[in-house]
Amino acid sequence: MSEHTAHGTMTLKLIVWRQKGPTEPGRFETYLARNITEHHSFLEMLDVVNEDLINDGKEPIVFDHDCREGICGTCSQVINGLAHGGQTRTTVCQLHMRTFKDGDTIYIEPWRAKAFPILKDLMVDRNALERIIQAGAYTSVNTGAAPDGNSILISKEDADYSMDAAECIGCGACVAACPNGAAMLFTGAKVSQFAALPQGQVEARERVFSMIEVMQKCGFGNCANHYDCQAVCPKDIDVKFIARLNREYLKALVM
Amino acid sequence: MILDGKSPTGPIEQTWDMHRLKMKLVNPANKRKYKILVVGTGLAGASAAASLGELGYNVEAFCYQDSTRRAHSIAAQGGINAAKNYPNDGDSISRLFYDTVKGGDFRSREADVWRLAQVSNNIIDQCVAQGIPFARDYGGYLDNRSFGGAQVSRTFYARGQTGQQLLLGAYSSLSRQIKAGTVKIFPRTEMLDLVVVDGEAKGITIRDLVTGEIRCHVGDAVLLCSGGYVNVFYLSTNAMGCSATAIWKAYKKGAFFANPCYTQIHPTCIPQSGDYQSKLTLMSESLRNDGRCWVPKNHGDNRPPNEIPEEDRDYYLERKYPSFGNLAPRDISSRAAKEQCDDGRGVGPGGRGVYLDFRDPINRLGKHTIEERYGNLFEMYELITAEDGYSVPMRIYPAPHYSMGGLWVDYNMMSNIPGLFVLGEANFSVHGANRLGASALMQGLADGYFIIPYTIADYLAQTEPGVVTIDHPECAKSIEDVNAYTDRLLSVNGKRTVTGFMRELGILIWENVGMERSEKSLTEAIEKIPAIRNEFWENVQIPGNGSGINQQLEIAGRTAEFLEFAELLARDALHRNESCGGHFRVEYQYEDGEAKRDDENFSYSAAWEYKGIGRRPELHKEPLKFENVELAVRSYK
Amino acid sequence: MSLLTGNVGRKVLMAVSGLFMVTFVVAHLLGNSTIFVGPDWINAYAEHLKELDLLVWPFRIFMFAMLSIHVFFGITLTLENWGANPDKYAVSRRPRSTFAGRTMIWTGLLLLAFLVFHLLQFTFKITPEVVKVVDAQGRFDVYTMMVAGLRNKMVAAFYVLSMVALFLHTFHGIQSIFQSIGLNNDRTMPKFIMIGKISAVVFLVVFSAIPILILTWVLS
Repeated sequence: MSEHTAHGTMTLKLIVWRQKGPTEPGRFETYLARNITEHHSFLEMLDVVNEDLINDGKEPIVFDHDCREGICGTCSQVINGLAHGGQTRTTVCQLHMRTFKDGDTIYIEPWRAKAFPILKDLMVDRNALERIIQAGAYTSVNTGAAPDGNSILISKEDADYSMDAAECIGCGACVAACPNGAAMLFTGAKVSQFAALPQGQVEARERVFSMIEVMQKCGFGNCANHYDCQAVCPKDIDVKFIARLNREYLKALVM
Repeated sequence: MILDGKSPTGPIEQTWDMHRLKMKLVNPANKRKYKILVVGTGLAGASAAASLGELGYNVEAFCYQDSTRRAHSIAAQGGINAAKNYPNDGDSISRLFYDTVKGGDFRSREADVWRLAQVSNNIIDQCVAQGIPFARDYGGYLDNRSFGGAQVSRTFYARGQTGQQLLLGAYSSLSRQIKAGTVKIFPRTEMLDLVVVDGEAKGITIRDLVTGEIRCHVGDAVLLCSGGYVNVFYLSTNAMGCSATAIWKAYKKGAFFANPCYTQIHPTCIPQSGDYQSKLTLMSESLRNDGRCWVPKNHGDNRPPNEIPEEDRDYYLERKYPSFGNLAPRDISSRAAKEQCDDGRGVGPGGRGVYLDFRDPINRLGKHTIEERYGNLFEMYELITAEDGYSVPMRIYPAPHYSMGGLWVDYNMMSNIPGLFVLGEANFSVHGANRLGASALMQGLADGYFIIPYTIADYLAQTEPGVVTIDHPECAKSIEDVNAYTDRLLSVNGKRTVTGFMRELGILIWENVGMERSEKSLTEAIEKIPAIRNEFWENVQIPGNGSGINQQLEIAGRTAEFLEFAELLARDALHRNESCGGHFRVEYQYEDGEAKRDDENFSYSAAWEYKGIGRRPELHKEPLKFENVELAVRSYK
Repeated sequence: MSLLTGNVGRKVLMAVSGLFMVTFVVAHLLGNSTIFVGPDWINAYAEHLKELDLLVWPFRIFMFAMLSIHVFFGITLTLENWGANPDKYAVSRRPRSTFAGRTMIWTGLLLLAFLVFHLLQFTFKITPEVVKVVDAQGRFDVYTMMVAGLRNKMVAAFYVLSMVALFLHTFHGIQSIFQSIGLNNDRTMPKFIMIGKISAVVFLVVFSAIPILILTWVLS
């Protein structure tokens, strides 16, 4: 790769968290990203840097990614202090370099929370989120036991509300952005999706209790109503779902 | 060899019911003695694992993602078909069956498609019961939209995220089974070998992507639900991690690979913007419900799209296919777009693009309605292109999206290796030569929820549980082989990065085995692929080692498999001297450019048997019989 | 999931105890406001309160319980939260949280210190500045006590500082109550946030006005 910046492209200074393993100490390393155009996605920019690193005989930066279209929720980086880079309703993979300019310095860090141990570099273990789902984010319907889809009427309003919550891609940005490392937006969204639907009523009480219990066991913090979570959420999941979770909890408590 | 798909005979309406009656059952008390390994946790894998767990089998599920709910089914946008006929517009199981057979250009098995259409309705019921928030109308009833290749509205949807909602639904069922202890999941693992004992599939060898450990898991049956192979084009709408590895390893252990040349190029994707690009992004086909495709009528018309008056626009799909218009099936729409661009009337950088225009529907329905229907798609388009699709027509171009081909399976979804079942996109069964929109989700869930729970019992009932244990010599040998393979990759220590090879292969396959194929282009591909493969094994550079996380090693493995698979893809395309569905051979077309099928000579599924790297695979044919539909030229005019 | 140990349960307790204390603050604010009308009014108000003698101690015990709950869980939850987020980002940006929200523990502790001082000064009347006098009608002269007590610059400054803390604490805290007990939705949330902000400003202005007006001899 040429040392000079090609016409119309950018050179950026990256300060990237590198960490060999969960128990190893991490540190920042500085790299240059050269010949980046405005059309590169952020991850494609990192691809370019990694190709350079490999060509230089160095280990490329490890980062999680998969669909690269903003839906699988795998990518997970804190860019200049903001989970997913801070562009509204955008995952890292959908963030494009046109939001940066030539010469910018970019800090890239992994999700940081006690419940998300770092596996390597920017890759973290988010299994805690799965444990919350496994605790009760389902209806106990066996395959084949379902009645006709239209036998349960659901108002458009309720269906839309439930869908607003169900859009969560479970990336963990809410946890990463939370000053308390709490997973309340994630858990709130999952609980609310079912709470809004008739199908979710039967197990509502047990669901909310066991999900909260597991959430706590996983080492997530407590919600202090800061709402940084919604600001970074790539699906803009509303904090009203946290209120809904609290409400469902209270309902369950008095039921 | 003439293959037998073991399709049941008799009146097609009764085939599945009669077959279910004839199949053997496993006693409820005995189910827990059987262990089933499920590779891949997309719609097919997750639904299968959950349903089998519910039945009481011991299930182990594997995926390369960090969570099983991140499989690429999640990216499906538009919807899922079912023959509910809620809109009262004339739909029925027979019509869905017919549309699917015709949509597949008469290259699929009738009985399989019938079964799919039959269980499609159960899927919707199941998903609603799981709490999937499908779109509803103001009366609270389920809403439908129309999709390509059909003249009825039979597509159920959850905004532009239907795949996500269905996968999360399947994952919720799976989660319930994980909690119940019937299913054990192994995320961040990749299957690298199939263990075959005495001719039957009894295990898999995986690499733990975190620790680097290579180990064997044994079971009484193996389900491959590992998705499709269109990442062989490098740029596709698939996720970065999608690969042919699992099915290719099975192929190399004797499973037949059927119809690899049937690849689907999706018409509505965001055009490529540069050669650094890592993937292409699909815009749901549902956009064509309202959006109108056009290119300038005149060559060299460089005016901005909004300044081109109506009379200078060529709405080519409406012109060529008046009755289906913008809802022509995918293969036809893609080729039509390519045709306009090849004619020099394409738009955007390099002239590889056509307009998808929402001006008229916005005028007719208001921006709000369009926003409600497709808001997230417009948002995504703007994120990627920085253009506002509401005010300026979107630019789209076809991109590799789905593979109809896959491992050969019989009516029971079992491959020619007993005990090896293949579900979802990974098999070849129902879509023939072209898949209709909103049918992939239907197939994945049909296979997992409503077919495999029955058909696997028929096999297991005839199998002694737990005969192969982890200390079997075949396991040790498999682990040894995988270790040797990994070591070999790491020891090349050359000068080119893995991505460089994958990109080179992708361009070659896209150019020569893409939307249009010819004897010449295919022969050229078959000549060039081994050269790239040989260079790969001499000159690839993979930093680091095999212990622990090594993402370059992971993609190197997948690339190595694609470098072998690509050759089979080209060979199959070369052997099929006809055009059908997603397989278009320039030599075989009508005067108006439509695909010319050769039913006399090619009305069969081509199943290939592995004979060694670089050696010609052996072709087996499964003849296709059509007793319920009349073979016809597929017309959407 | 127990109210006393759970993630959400303890937040609910924080909210409910906070709500009672905010209610008390509002009542206290209304009572104190009589000082702006004149010595007669506030002394009369104090006299009225005395007539509720029987209720005073149960009320005090209840408020003490609320305070204890609030302080105990406030501290333990904060410590837990610090533990859940041990590694800080090199660059940290907070897109929506406020300074007020992030400093709840510190403004809370300051308010606790203030409360102790305030009670010692005006309820248990053990600080030296307090003048124990009666007014012309033989009632306890609250007005004179307050004026004498707050004429001290250091004391007045501490009062104003504490009221800034109260402003910050309630600015975040009041809207937070409604979120934690689950009353927020699309419609109510903006309103509750607005109520919280307005209340906080009113608390700051009215409570700070007393020491400031005393210090500037407007009230004497």
